[in-house]
Amino acid sequence: MDVVLLSRLQFAAATMFHFLFVPLTLGISVLIAYMETQYVRTGDETYLSMTKFWGKLFLINFALGVVTGITLEFQFGTNWSRYSAYVGDVFGSLLAIEATAAFFLESTLIGIWVFGWQKLSKKAHATVMWLIAFAGTLSSIWILMANGWMQHPVGYVIRNGRAELDSFTAVVTNKFGILEFFHMVSSAYVLGAFFVMGISAYHLLKKQHIEFFTRSFKIALVFGLVSSLFVAVIGDMHGVHVAEVQPAKFAAMESHWETTTRAPIHLIAIPDEKNEKNLIEIGSIPGLLSFLSHHDFNAEVTGLKDIPKDERPPVLLTFLSFRIMVGLGTLFILLTLIGWFKRNRLLESPNYLKIMLLSIPLPYIAIEVGWVLAEVGRQPWIVYGLMKTSDAASPIAGSQVLFSLIAFILLYSFLGAVGFYLIVINAKKGPVLE
Amino acid sequence: MEFILQFIWFFLWGLLWALFFMTDGYDFGVGALLPFLGKDDTDKRLMINSIGPLWDGNEVWLLTAGGVTFAAFPQVYAVMFSSFYTPLLLILFALIIRGVSFEFRGKIESAAWKKLWDTCIFIGSVVPAILFGVAFANIFQGLPLDQNGYHGNLIYLLNPYGILGGVLFLLWFLEHGALWLSIKTPGQLHDRSVSAANSIWFGLLGISVLFLIATYFYTPLYANYLAHPILFIVPLITVLSLLGVKFFLLKEAYFKAWFASALTIVSATFFCIIGLYPNMFPSNIDSIYSLTAHNASGSQLTLTIMLIVVLIFIPIVIGYQAWAFYMFKDKLSVDDLDYEEAY
Repeated sequence: MDVVLLSRLQFAAATMFHFLFVPLTLGISVLIAYMETQYVRTGDETYLSMTKFWGKLFLINFALGVVTGITLEFQFGTNWSRYSAYVGDVFGSLLAIEATAAFFLESTLIGIWVFGWQKLSKKAHATVMWLIAFAGTLSSIWILMANGWMQHPVGYVIRNGRAELDSFTAVVTNKFGILEFFHMVSSAYVLGAFFVMGISAYHLLKKQHIEFFTRSFKIALVFGLVSSLFVAVIGDMHGVHVAEVQPAKFAAMESHWETTTRAPIHLIAIPDEKNEKNLIEIGSIPGLLSFLSHHDFNAEVTGLKDIPKDERPPVLLTFLSFRIMVGLGTLFILLTLIGWFKRNRLLESPNYLKIMLLSIPLPYIAIEVGWVLAEVGRQPWIVYGLMKTSDAASPIAGSQVLFSLIAFILLYSFLGAVGFYLIVINAKKGPVLE
Repeated sequence: MEFILQFIWFFLWGLLWALFFMTDGYDFGVGALLPFLGKDDTDKRLMINSIGPLWDGNEVWLLTAGGVTFAAFPQVYAVMFSSFYTPLLLILFALIIRGVSFEFRGKIESAAWKKLWDTCIFIGSVVPAILFGVAFANIFQGLPLDQNGYHGNLIYLLNPYGILGGVLFLLWFLEHGALWLSIKTPGQLHDRSVSAANSIWFGLLGISVLFLIATYFYTPLYANYLAHPILFIVPLITVLSLLGVKFFLLKEAYFKAWFASALTIVSATFFCIIGLYPNMFPSNIDSIYSLTAHNASGSQLTLTIMLIVVLIFIPIVIGYQAWAFYMFKDKLSVDDLDYEEAY
């Protein structure tokens, strides 16, 4: 079996599974910190119940996020040793700093938050939650600077047969990573908000704990509305930057084959990779793609045909991922806007509540396809323009990777099922009122 | 300058592993003792809650050790972790199931459910304890590494000295865990923990002596000591602290015994690391293939930046972990299990 393919599948499985939990951790920790602060400020026990109820769901999710994250750091060594040896001097330090400066704080404080209700003052306890939220966000900065470097390598020189660090400042101010960070972390906030709104909608539909869940819903709604707008604004800036530094990914995102000025966007298109064209193109809007890529309707946009065949990403997957992501992102803005107008009569809007309940999975899908877009769209490069994925795998037997891949799938399916079940039963059970 | 940086980083690398063994070590010990000392659900919950607030932060020392290997010695990170593919993934799978078990166990009131996660905690604690020992012992004696890479597998690692290393690590952690339980648990569970610590100590002493002798025959670790006899002070500290464990145990000073055990683990790790220097992943085919602190490190710039990062943040980490440790040092009581957030 092909080690590269198996290792890619394993990394995809491990990362995508890990990323079912990370965004909720990032998003809901901010909401819980806010709820706990409201409790400290007002002394209103409902806020305490909210902190504990959402905190319980947060902790089940957190445990799965933590344990699945550990394997990722080691997989660069186990499965991608040629990559690690070649770029470790630049890339490794970002992961090391993440563990030292951020993840330590989060992991140590989580124990204090869970077990420290009676050991700390109310104010200190709420501060711990803010620090957890802060540390999680700090972690994601370093991880995304690392990913940003793979997308758009900067601040290195080729020396001693490998990529060596040349400017740490350039690496940590990489625009690609910064845009990814803001885009991803605000998406995570949207996901956290939809999770809270969806579960609140469930209870509001059943007309139980009305005050509790109305309040939860409204807090999440504001957070979700602001965040989903922010995602779109950053996403637009990010798109412009991708067009500039990763023309192949950008062309694949829109299945854009010919280099043209006034490049159009097709509302519906079906890529045909073999014949280097689109099978159908419906509803073309001239100049829109030029505008999205350069903020100028007449700008020239590089087509896939002007990129060597062996440097193009898989077009269909990249194209579909982008479409689904943008479509869902737009839907989140709409849903939260509607929610804003219905915020004071949620109970009289059962259809809206039903939609919000059913929408819980959507941000998960959006964020996963967002990552598929980022990572598959970068292919065939593991580090864009510098190292190909096919040159990066470890010199190990395919059978080893096959076994570990099967083990990953079995273990993660089991844990995923258990985690999902526990979150569902605890979410349905509702709060214990203080 | 580069040489000095590599030298410092080699020992920082050793220090991070030592701190990981010292901190997560008692978590492994508690997990491994769970089926033996926990007679009923209350006992088991007391045991799990004794490490409940701390295990997660402790485990990050492993990530940090892995991360700085990547940053400071990318070549070592690449070769070591791909060579130890199967044992490392087994360790990671074990850590995954251990971690979720703590969280999942108490979420459903069912004996079968709890038994499932108790088993997972046990496996998730014993497997890493043994495999870390096996892996490091094999590093100490050298590995079949040549210009084409590594030629061993999991079975190769299970040689006599490797197995001895695994047993030694397991006993370290069992002792460390039993002492932790002696501090943290009440009543009969406390008594059983003390008696376990007393018995395991003899096993640990025996295996330690055997390991020191075997190390002479199987590894080149003593060469640095014979060249610089002053270094023998490090294994001397190990011996004295191991004796100290027993001394404080007999005096029923469990905190002191635990600290003596922590010192045993840290100094024993350093004993090995000093003997290993400058090797990090030595070849037993020819030393020209060995990866050392001086031929497998990152660039001078990376080493410098990472040194600044580590010198700033590691003391801060130790500071807040010590605060957490102090906060949760008190003996648990059965009433503490009524605490709604308890595992």
